[in-house]
Amino acid sequence: MTTFDELPIKSNSDVVLVRQHVRTAAVDVGLSLVDQTKVVTAASELARNALVYAGGGQVRIEIVNNGIRKGLRLAFSDTGPGIPDIPQALTDGWTTGGGLGLGLSGSRRLVDEFDLQSAPGEGTLITVTKWAR
Amino acid sequence: MDRVPVLKLGDILIVSIQIDLQDQSVLALQEDLADRVVATGARGVIIDITAVEIVDSFIGRMLATIAAISRMLDAETVVVGMRPAVAITLVELGLSLGGVRTALNLEKGVALLNHLDGAQIVTAAQ
Repeated sequence: MTTFDELPIKSNSDVVLVRQHVRTAAVDVGLSLVDQTKVVTAASELARNALVYAGGGQVRIEIVNNGIRKGLRLAFSDTGPGIPDIPQALTDGWTTGGGLGLGLSGSRRLVDEFDLQSAPGEGTLITVTKWAR
Repeated sequence: MDRVPVLKLGDILIVSIQIDLQDQSVLALQEDLADRVVATGARGVIIDITAVEIVDSFIGRMLATIAAISRMLDAETVVVGMRPAVAITLVELGLSLGGVRTALNLEKGVALLNHLDGAQIVTAAQ
């Protein structure tokens, strides 16, 4: 059975809410404490990105099952300006928002699967998955 | 917005973060601490993150910025109580907080500040 939860990301307090919901789901899936911390941190980065670069968006939090293991899948979507150069955006230290440039590249290292779909003017969809060990 | 209280103990300022920090609270804390360092002439700042479940790049950068601001205002900053899972995640994220001193707990943080202060006095006397 697949369960999911959808949350808007419209303000800084929503970023905090996203972290709390992701934490609860990570515990439900049975992720270890370190993996919970990693996926919540990645969620915080990606939620803030949606807010800063696209003016907001939403996240779908889904518990998935590949037949062997349970996992937590998060899909962050926005209708913002999109990312013109995806490899560049995934480079450590690259930023257009005045941050450290670790949000995207760092989040990718914190999860097991990372998929980024974006085009200029068409918004961004980032889907990440963390599997229970 | 929640504000994080800044406590003074002797010439050390202590901040214990007990809430899930919003970005605005983080920025307010930076300003509050800079004001209090100058107003009290504190020589050290201890930031206790024992209760903090995650440190993302924004909060990590805030810790590094507070340390840099305090240093300019003649105070050293020590971050204490980082959880093991937070340390692992921060390093994997790519943020090793090179410019920030850490200690395992409040007691060791105070000892580190006392040690640093002693070293400065010795240097000044030479």
